[in-house]
This record gives sequence, C-alpha cells and structure tokens, in this order.
Amino acid sequence: MIRLEPRLTPSRAMVWGTPALAVLATMIAGGILFAMLGKNPMEAIWTIFVDPILDPYSRDELFVKAAPLVLIAIGLSYGFRAGVWNIGAEGQFIVGAIAGSAVGLAFYGTEAIWLLPLMALAGMVAGTLWAMIPAFLKVRFNANEILVSLMLVYVADQLLRAMVAGPLRNPAGFNFPESRLFHDSAVLPLLQGFPGLTEYTRVHVGVLIALLLVPLAWLLLRKHLLGFNIQVMGSAPRAARFSGVKPAMIIYVCLGLSGAMAGLAGLFEVAGPAGQLVPALPQGYGFTAIIVAFLGRLNPLGILAAGLVMALTYIGGENAQLDLGLPRAAISVFQGMLLFFLLGLDILVRYRVRFGKRGAAQ
Amino acid sequence: MKLLKTLGLATALTLATGGVMAQSDDPLSVGFIYVGPIGDFGWSYQHEQGRLAIEEHFGDAVETTYIESVPEGDSERVIRRMAQDGTDLIFTTSFGYMTPTLRVAGQFPETMFEHATGYQRADNVSVYSGRFYEGRTVQGILAGHMTESNVIGYIASFPIPEVIRGINAAYLAAKSVNPDVEFKIVWVSTWFDPAKEADAANALIEQGADVIMQHTDSTAPMTIAEATWDNLGEDETGIYAFGQASDMLEFGPNARLSSIIDNWNPYYIERVQAVMDGTWESADSWHGIGQGTTTIGAFNINIPEDVAAEAQAALDAIAAGELHPFTGPVNKQDGSVWLAEGETADDGTLLGMNFYVEGIEGAIPN
Repeated sequence: MIRLEPRLTPSRAMVWGTPALAVLATMIAGGILFAMLGKNPMEAIWTIFVDPILDPYSRDELFVKAAPLVLIAIGLSYGFRAGVWNIGAEGQFIVGAIAGSAVGLAFYGTEAIWLLPLMALAGMVAGTLWAMIPAFLKVRFNANEILVSLMLVYVADQLLRAMVAGPLRNPAGFNFPESRLFHDSAVLPLLQGFPGLTEYTRVHVGVLIALLLVPLAWLLLRKHLLGFNIQVMGSAPRAARFSGVKPAMIIYVCLGLSGAMAGLAGLFEVAGPAGQLVPALPQGYGFTAIIVAFLGRLNPLGILAAGLVMALTYIGGENAQLDLGLPRAAISVFQGMLLFFLLGLDILVRYRVRFGKRGAAQ
Repeated sequence: MKLLKTLGLATALTLATGGVMAQSDDPLSVGFIYVGPIGDFGWSYQHEQGRLAIEEHFGDAVETTYIESVPEGDSERVIRRMAQDGTDLIFTTSFGYMTPTLRVAGQFPETMFEHATGYQRADNVSVYSGRFYEGRTVQGILAGHMTESNVIGYIASFPIPEVIRGINAAYLAAKSVNPDVEFKIVWVSTWFDPAKEADAANALIEQGADVIMQHTDSTAPMTIAEATWDNLGEDETGIYAFGQASDMLEFGPNARLSSIIDNWNPYYIERVQAVMDGTWESADSWHGIGQGTTTIGAFNINIPEDVAAEAQAALDAIAAGELHPFTGPVNKQDGSVWLAEGETADDGTLLGMNFYVEGIEGAIPN
C-alpha cells in the first residue's frame, strides 16, 4: 500500500525545488514523446529550451511574450494569496485593451507625449471596473467570484467583437472587423538600440515597465502592511478579522489590483505588438497567467522566472515546428505536461509518501 | 551535427549569405503560415495541399517549411522568424496576417511575401484570393432545387465582404430557380470551431432548414447533416450540406450535394516558378472557376439529372466568362437598385460588399 500523509510544514526546499523538478520531468517525458514521433529527443529539447535563449531574436521575443503573463500573474497572485479567485483576468485584459484603444483612436493624429499615459490609465481603470463587478457581487451577495469573473470573459470578448465591428472599426478597412492602425503617438516606443537587443526588436516600453513592477510588487507583498494583511487573510481569515482586517476591503483591493494589472497588460499588447485593435487580440494570456502565478509560487520574483519559462515553451515550440517539423499538437501536449508535472509534484510538497500499512509504518 | 545551428552562429551565417543562396544551386525556400491545423480538412488543409504540390512539382529545387495553428493576433513573430531563417518566399494564408505581414515585409525587402485574402500590397507583398462566390452560384442552384422545406441554412463566420458575397451569390442563384426559397443565417464568429459549427447546424435544422451551407472551415456541419441519414424511413431524405474549402466527401457520403474546393496548387506553382525565373512581382490575383482556383466537387448521385445539368451549365458558363454571378437586375436589401438590367458588378463593389441583396432577411451583424 502506498499512502499519502500530510506534512506538518511543507519543506522549503521542496517548494522551490518542485518547479525545477517539473521542468526536468517534462523534458524527459517530452523527450520520450518526441522520440516516438521519430525525432531526435535531445535536439528537440535543445531547440525548445536552449535555442531561444542563445538566439538573440528569440531572446527578444521571450521578453515580449513573457511581459503580459508576468504583469497579469503578479496582479492575480495577491488575490490568490488572500483566497480571492479572479479567474477572469482575460476579460479584464480585453476591456483594458478596448478602453485604451478607444482613447488612442479618439485622439487619432494627435502627436502628444501625454497620450500613451492616458491610454494606459484608461486601460487600468477599465480593467479595475470590470473586476469590480465580481468584487461587488461577492461582497454584497456572496456570489462566487470564480464564476462571475469567468463569465465576464465571454462578455468582454463579445464586447470586443462589437467594438471592432462598430464604433472602433477602420473607416477605410472594407468593413473588415478591426480598428485602423494607431498613429505613432499611440504606439509604445520600441527599445531599439538598447544593449543586448536586436535591430528589429519588438521589445517595447511596456516590457520595461513590467520588469520594474516586479521588485515593487515584491516590496508591497513583503514590506507593506497591505501585503501582510493579504497573507494573513489567506492563511488565517479569523485571525485577520480579529486584527481589524476588513474582508470586503481585501476583496475589493485584490480584484481591483489584478484587474488594473490585466487591463494594463491588455493596453500594452494592443499599443505594443498589435498596433491596432483586432478581434484576435486575446491570446489566452489571462488564463495562462494563472498557471504562471502558481508556477512562480505567487511570489513576484518567482512569477518573473515562471513567465519566462512559459514564454520559452511557446517560442521554442514554434522553433521546433519550423526546424524539426514537430506537429503543433505535440507541442501542446508538451506544454500540458509541464502543468501536469507541477501539480503532480506539488502533492509531494504537502504530503509524505508512505509505503506499507499504517500500523507497520509507525 | 545540427547542434552547431543552435549556437546562433549559423543563424547569422544564413542571414549573411541569404542573398547569395537564392542565386546559387541551393533550393529555393518557401514557407507557409496556417491559421488552423493542417488536419482541419478545410481551409488550412487546402493550403497544405498546395505546399505538397510545390514539393512534388519542383522536387529538390525547393525546400518548404510550415507552421500550423498560428493565432492571427500573435503572428508577427512567426512570420519574422521565417524571414530571418532566409526563407525566400512566404505565404501567409489568413486575412488577420495582413498587418504583421506588411510590417515584416518592410524589414525584409529581399524576401517575397504572398498574403491570402487581404487588400494591402507592398513592393514585396502580393495579395491573392479565390472567387469562391462563383462556386456559391452553383451551390445556390443545387440548394434551391433540392430543398423541400424551402429553408436553406447558412453558417457564416465573420461579416466581412468575402462572406457576404458568398451569401448574396448563393441566395440570388437559389432564388432564381425557386422563388419561395428563404435563407436563415447564423453567425458563429469563428473560422474553425467544430463545436460551435455543430451547434449552428443543429439550430438551423431545428428552424426547418433542410440544406446547410457553411462558410467555416471544419467538417462538423457535414457530419451533423450526415447523421440525419441514419435510420430513415421509406421515401425520406436527410439533411443536405456542401463541402467547404475541401471536398469533404468522406464526411457526408449521403448528405454532401457538392463542394467548393479551394485549389491553390496552380497559383502556388506559378508563383514559385516566377521567383525561380526572377520574374516575381507584387500582384493582386483574384482567380475563380475559369483559372481553376475555385473548383466544384462532383455532384451527389441523388441529384436529378436535369438539376445537375442546370448546375453544370452555370458552372461552364462561369468558367467561360459568359455568366457573372452578380448580373442585374439586382436590388439591395433596402429595395434600392444596385445593378440595372444586364449590368454586372464591378470588382471594387464586390471587394467591399457590406449589404445583403433584396429578399434576404435580417441585418448584417455590426
């Protein structure tokens, strides 16, 4: 008999060791999968995990892809610590992109340095307001925020389609559902000429801001009273209440914060790589960020690393399709393995594996 | 060892020698970017057939690569990566790749691009599409004759001119052979989502449609239609449907009336040849039945002979350039005159078509 016995305190080494172990297990299982497909497993793993880091163009793209994941995941991590489950970051991402685009398009042709900050503000406010809906319903009626925030993703998606087919549609675009291209002042500047970046880099200011927010988020979590209250609320709600933490306030703050971050990520995506509002803008970043948040142990620094690893599997996966002719489906399975192993190994963090009968073992 | 390539050294080398390679004996490299999986048996599948046709036709003289299921909103990186790898000719095969293609093309003036179904060109970006609406005329004739309920269901993707053109052409043809015909249109807001397309097909059947047309990429509607042919009583018929983008015969041996097949093979071979000959130029190609880009799959054997003959005659007339699917008198939905007696639609109006013709009910979603 194999039994699982809860550990009193999770081992610290295991908490940080399992993500690395999960990546390793994914490489091994993935290697077997690739070998069965008739590809050289070492070459495939190398192409996915190492190539993108060595190749300067892919390295740039890692940052572009990781930035929205990291931004959203950091916002989500506060709520997840406090037991507030915002599953609808994708929706907040979309409304942030819509609101920011609307501002950019309203001032179409206006060359001004205040335009981008205004768009960013609009994106954050829209994301926050969208997240306030589940927060209010949770506080007022105790409605499940998981369901409400998730359902609002679909509402946001329909809103996006309505906007690009209606008010925000390109007037000269043959009726195709997409906005016109933003003018220069409404597009995030690229970090061209930055040391280490390539000539045609797509790394934009938003990536830099995402990076700068990582230490700030860490300070807020570890050194600020709010971060402390959030953590207490998550681990000991009763104790939190006795010490004067208002649960309603924590719910509003956590959902609002994650909504603002997701909205900002949406704006960065639309004013950065996309350069126009298109119905295909949402790529599921809001959902992938949930994985990133947990892969990074809800710690801003861990999230940064996790976001980069996740981006690596996307970009490496594309390279593997091109260079080795691996089918897209195999890459998806490979990405799924990563999550599977992480969740599976998490059991080992919280439980001890015992062999034999209960009596005999003691 | 291929690992050398991974050191990034080779990437730089390829870039540096890319120009020289094109003229030397090295194979011409051709890349394809697909919006769906190559196994969709529809849109992306047909482009993949075109890639295979290039390989077969040119043999060792070409080297092809592809990436499937590339999201439109996140395609620039993939297109760029292909260009960086020194690919000489890149086909980006979905409308949403338009802006990313133009951006990458601006940075790689030596690389040639071919963008499907878009409307913006550059010195090194061609656009190409098919006159699929010509096939809709043939379908409309078949559907108008074969329907018994006089309700034809239409599964539409996005309200863009290409889709609206197809609806209008099918309706005009169906109406011309069956004045009582009525169209029910469901917009699914996706090119490829088997579940959504199946839901739409079921909804249309519940609303009385007995012939289903689709402007989406999966075989799900055909599968739904075929399922209605099980356990039929005497003299009963099931729901009919049409193959879209590819033939789809194996998915609806009973239900499939015919199909519109996108046949990119001749165009792709022609363009690769042009690059090899050094005669490639940015162009706008819009070929239809006459040039073989739009082909019509074999008619179902259950179609009465006279109906099949009528559809075949229309097909031949379109191929010969004697029949234009949009020939007046045609009014717009609001009753205003669009085409006078004998007048045919010009390409400009067709390319920007954003209105229904008279008789179609409902509004184009906005």
